[in-house]
Amino acid sequence: MAPLKVRGVKRVIDFAVKVRVAPGGRGVQEQGVKHSMNPFCEIALEEAVRLREKGDAAEVIAVSVGTRQSQETLRTALAVGADRAVLVEVPEGGGAAPGPREVAAALRKVVERERPHVVLLGKQAIDDDCNQTGQILAALLGWPQATCISHLSLDPSAHSALLHREVDGGWERLRLRLPALLTADLRLNQPRYATLPNIMKAKKKPLELLPLAELLGTPPPPPRLRVLSLEEPPGRQGGQRVENVAALLERLAAAGRI
Amino acid sequence: MSLRRVLGLGRALGRRSYCSKSPLPPDFVEALRAVVGTPNVSTAMAVREQHGHDESMHVCAPPDAVVWPHAVGQVQELAALCYRYRVPMVPFGTGTGLEGGVNAVQGGVCFDLSRMDAIMELSLEDFSVSVEPGVTRKALNSYLRGTGLWFPVDPGADASLCGMAATGASGTNAVRYGTMRPNVLNLRVVLPDGRLLHTAGAGRQPRWAGGFGLGAGCTSTRSLAQHRKRAAGYDLTSLFVGSEGTLGFLTMATLRLHPLPEASAATATAFPTVQAAVDCTVQVLQAAVPVARIEFLDEVMAGACGRFSNMELPVAPTLLLELHGSRHSLAEQQQQTEDIVRLNGGSSLVWAEELKEREHLWAMRHRAWYAALALRPGCQGYSTDVCVPISRLPDVVVETKRDLQDSGLTGPMVGHVGDGNFHCILVFDTQDENEAQRVHAFTKRLGRRALAAGGTCTGEHGVGLGKRALLLEELGQEGLDTLRSIKAALDPHNLMNPGKVL
Repeated sequence: MAPLKVRGVKRVIDFAVKVRVAPGGRGVQEQGVKHSMNPFCEIALEEAVRLREKGDAAEVIAVSVGTRQSQETLRTALAVGADRAVLVEVPEGGGAAPGPREVAAALRKVVERERPHVVLLGKQAIDDDCNQTGQILAALLGWPQATCISHLSLDPSAHSALLHREVDGGWERLRLRLPALLTADLRLNQPRYATLPNIMKAKKKPLELLPLAELLGTPPPPPRLRVLSLEEPPGRQGGQRVENVAALLERLAAAGRI
Repeated sequence: MSLRRVLGLGRALGRRSYCSKSPLPPDFVEALRAVVGTPNVSTAMAVREQHGHDESMHVCAPPDAVVWPHAVGQVQELAALCYRYRVPMVPFGTGTGLEGGVNAVQGGVCFDLSRMDAIMELSLEDFSVSVEPGVTRKALNSYLRGTGLWFPVDPGADASLCGMAATGASGTNAVRYGTMRPNVLNLRVVLPDGRLLHTAGAGRQPRWAGGFGLGAGCTSTRSLAQHRKRAAGYDLTSLFVGSEGTLGFLTMATLRLHPLPEASAATATAFPTVQAAVDCTVQVLQAAVPVARIEFLDEVMAGACGRFSNMELPVAPTLLLELHGSRHSLAEQQQQTEDIVRLNGGSSLVWAEELKEREHLWAMRHRAWYAALALRPGCQGYSTDVCVPISRLPDVVVETKRDLQDSGLTGPMVGHVGDGNFHCILVFDTQDENEAQRVHAFTKRLGRRALAAGGTCTGEHGVGLGKRALLLEELGQEGLDTLRSIKAALDPHNLMNPGKVL
């Protein structure tokens, strides 16, 4: 039986935007700023869709944990090729956004409901760069995990996945028993762009809205991290010219650097 | 002809040279600072040199100052200031031009518009978007991912879109999607005296008649001459497209977007002779296959590109093709193309459908310039840019090839044969006078050959510094006089990018 896939996607500020610290110094300016799907999530989604096209997967479900605006990201996921989408809705303005722990707890509930054979996430989100959600989720589920994968092939008959991970020394080749959790790295594939006919078809695909509190069954616990302050790095100062190496050494010594 | 002057200067002073004119008066520079702020004005030599040349081999001619306006209001104030003091003005986008368009041959102030980089008024229903000069074509397409739309004009370099409008750029996709001209709907221009002009009216994007293929089953998009539906006055937008910075600053362009093709396939095929390859192109077009890209490489270019990009390309005249369409129409197009290629003796086709493979293939083609230069390290390159009617293409290409061989020049040929446009990338040692003479004579003959065949001396790179003499031959005295009248009407003191085009 071909496995089911669950894909996590996150809506983040678009990578091309020049981010500014918001007034108040606790976060970045998000209003009116272009948001899109996290690039690593795009790669993971592309991999899931390719597996379904190859026949190794039966269904691709895209899941996101976020405010109602994340619906646009899920519609893009449906346009790229996901079959269904689920948004675990977090109320807007309810303090800090959910961190990896909270997201993993929510995804765990979705996974228990859907019973997929593979969960694919992006390795990290480009806004917080945590690189934790996948790992925490695998631990909560008790599943084998492989993070930062750069190549994947499934062997449904043997209920296993053969993959490469990029590590500091090179590549690691692993075989994991399914069900397994995988997180995608940059060189796994090159994601396709959504075309107009698919964007229109995506409007009809099912997108389920699930409030977080309802999913967990209890009110969500308060976040365990609090941002104290956020500052931009100091602006670049003008350089100084010196005539020769001796003068350079003199300047460095005078500034107490050497 | 200017090429000779370029070579002469190049020999005496090396690639960098100064034009000794009187420097700008200090109170003028202060006035510039007052408009944009001190950090946005520079008179440092390194900065000026960087802004005094593009990717061509025209000698660097640095401006006297460089300014970075952040808003159109600042551009207007700066222009009015320069106009008052009669200081030449040179617009600068990404500096990726090929005809010396940004070289400040009469000094003056270079307006580096790259800090104005807003993308505005994106309309997914109307398929249009407005961009400022700092937005490059790759940045726009990246912004548009997820919308199902793209901007197809692809000259190779990651150029500023307003710069592409200014030079009337084209590229590999023109055979199906058109050049810049039909894809620019409106321009916000700052005239030399600082007045603001919207060429199609403020905030308007003229609607167009006729359907465009939604990727699914469009068969007749070869004649993508969809006219902007507008009958209100002279077509100012078309006037400014291709004006190469000589009539005003293009501070915002409203562009027409196209739907992304549902499916694409690309391939490379080798032919026994240049004639066969070009004949095949003509036949593919006449069979009304809506080919998206059709590019020709002669055997020298194919060899150079293959080596430069580490790809296995047979050293023979080659065609690179790409087809766009829905899955069904793509299969049909592939079949038609295969039949025609086989008829002309082309090698059997292997289609690349994955994005990565297709990008790999086109990146190899786009690096043609550098691949050609790598054939003779230490030499400079000069690209010709003639364009002739399709019916004359086979003769002109074959004759040019013969001329190259007879002149003993290194000139790999690469071209958008679907438009009748091809480039000879002449790689030569500027210090070798004999060779330089032969190059000069060859380009003159080629320009004349194209004009005699009913074509143009410059299909897409523009006139810039190097092709002004040929422009006279192409348009005739009346044509040139009319251009001069228009220039005089809009820029009576000849302050906008002087020394170019006319």
